[in-house]
Amino acid sequence: MIRFDSVTKGYPDGTLAVDNLSLDAPSGQISVLVGPSGCGKTTSLRMVNRMIEPTSGRVLLDGRDTASIEPAELRRGIGYVIQQAGLFPHKTVLDNIATVPLLLGRSKREARNRAAELLELVGLPQTLAGRYPVQLSGGQQQRVGVARALAADPPVMLMDEPFSAVDPVVREQLQNEFLRIQAELSKTIIFVTHDIDEAIKLGDKIAVMRVGGTLAQFSPPAELLSRPRDEFVAGFVGRDRGYRALSFASTGPLPLAEEPTVRLGDPLSAAREREKDGWILVVGQDDAPLGWLAAGGLTDEQAKGSAGTDLLNLGGTLATKAGTLREALDAALSSPSGRGVIVHEDGRFAGTVTASQVLARIETRATRLREGAIRSATGVCS
Amino acid sequence: MNELWTYLEANWTQIRGWTLTTLWLAAVPVMAGLVLALPCGWLAHRYRWAHGPFVSAMSIVYTVPSLVMFLVLPELLGTKILDPVNVVAALTLYTFALLVRTVADGLASVPAHTLATAAAMGHTARQQLLSVQLPLAVPVIGAGVRVAAVSNASLVSVASVVGTSQLGQLFIAGNNVGSLAPIILGLVFFVTIALAFDLIIVIITRLLTPWHKAVAS
Ligand SMILES: Nc1ncnc2c1ncn2[C@@H]1O[C@H](COP(=O)(O)OP(=O)(O)O)[C@@H](O)[C@H]1O
Ligand SMILES: [Mg+2]
Repeated sequence: MIRFDSVTKGYPDGTLAVDNLSLDAPSGQISVLVGPSGCGKTTSLRMVNRMIEPTSGRVLLDGRDTASIEPAELRRGIGYVIQQAGLFPHKTVLDNIATVPLLLGRSKREARNRAAELLELVGLPQTLAGRYPVQLSGGQQQRVGVARALAADPPVMLMDEPFSAVDPVVREQLQNEFLRIQAELSKTIIFVTHDIDEAIKLGDKIAVMRVGGTLAQFSPPAELLSRPRDEFVAGFVGRDRGYRALSFASTGPLPLAEEPTVRLGDPLSAAREREKDGWILVVGQDDAPLGWLAAGGLTDEQAKGSAGTDLLNLGGTLATKAGTLREALDAALSSPSGRGVIVHEDGRFAGTVTASQVLARIETRATRLREGAIRSATGVCS
Repeated sequence: MNELWTYLEANWTQIRGWTLTTLWLAAVPVMAGLVLALPCGWLAHRYRWAHGPFVSAMSIVYTVPSLVMFLVLPELLGTKILDPVNVVAALTLYTFALLVRTVADGLASVPAHTLATAAAMGHTARQQLLSVQLPLAVPVIGAGVRVAAVSNASLVSVASVVGTSQLGQLFIAGNNVGSLAPIILGLVFFVTIALAFDLIIVIITRLLTPWHKAVAS
């Protein structure tokens, strides 16, 4: 656990970057520091590895005061990833990743073998091992940055806006892989971002900070969305928090409807016979949904062909059976047929739901939450 | 052209001796100057208060005419006026004066965030300097060494005035006998030596900075 114990950082010019911060970042979990620019996120983070020394208060790592640990030694046990990766331009990808193992006195061979393993873990091909950072894309550099931070297998990782400088598509990939790696490794992570969506996606717990360096709220994401503590947090979390909270509500057993399907390449005449309300779902050999086909509108002439990918409407999103209400609702709303496509974990088609069915679930859940809230509120009063 | 050959053949033994001395005088001060400039450049970079005075002092050294330097140094060092050590010392001082600033600039050219990352990874101050800052400063330092080496090679010729026997003697000989041949020959030798040194430094710099030429593919 990383404990901030009444930590304050003031600068000689009078700026209070962090003001009396107390917070416990639990072991094996991702704690996100989020807030507007200049609210003291980076400063807080850098006080953990003593890149910045607090003016008062203490930072404890598993109960040990970091001030009592020699900085270089402390830092070798803490992975550190920053925006734009901060890779060493004069070292190859492999040598960048091998940095901390080498500092810890491992042999060059051992360090490089370890680096090669990490390359694989972060999803980079071994062919990149000998390249220099300038020869990589932004997303690849960021992966190398994560690999380098993990190389010595530190129990703690500090990440300062690591995915902010890449485009949204790459960012989403990096976030997903980061979650996959964390599920495997269970590091104690403090993750800084100014992006509330990223915070909600990645955080097990989220600390919202306000300018002046004070902590506004420290809660799990679902609670942050459903019960923001004050105006500032509510405003920062955003307007569509009601909708976003559905990201944390699992669908439960949905009433899946059976849906006629055709396979890719089947005759269109078959598609036209079996369509429902004008649309039929096309699946691949592995039963994975590929898209909707507007079979109702086919002329006799057109129906002589077969169901090809060029005829598919790809507008609908997919939701998994064990997914969230948000995914299920989105699948229904985005489907051209109005019937949301639900798949099994392995991607096979499971059935469809309509928006009104998902909404009924959302209603039931909301009622349950309201009743719970009333019970706990009266509990507090009595 | 023929005249040059004739002169070269007639004086070959002497010219060969001069060439070796010249090569030596052109190379040693650059290396010695660089070795001395590295720690001093680091001091000038590391301690802001040292930077201004250091750089000004070195600029002043550089403005002292080389002839004066060749004549005054023996006094200071207590060596004989014709001792080649004087020339080496004077030229080393010049290269040193030029390179202190280059080294300081080179170290300063390394981005602060790269150094901060190195620190955050757990490099000690010394490891940071040796395995991050210095390697990254090589392109700037290398460029400075090229300038120093070429200017040093041309200063060597001036040293012939104080009597060291090296290729600069060709200019004096040409002047004495009123012939162009030795002067042209001297010029060719000096230019060749300067270019060769420049090339060697470029190659060494390239070898030390394989990353510098790497481009996005
Ligand atoms: N060296 C410094 N001197 C004075 N003020 C500073 C210094 N470093 C940071 N600050 C101030 O501290 C506050 C917090 O900075 P920072 O932690 O970087 O914010 P964030 O990462 O949340 O954007 C800012 O107002 C910033 O201007
Ligand atoms: Mg910041």
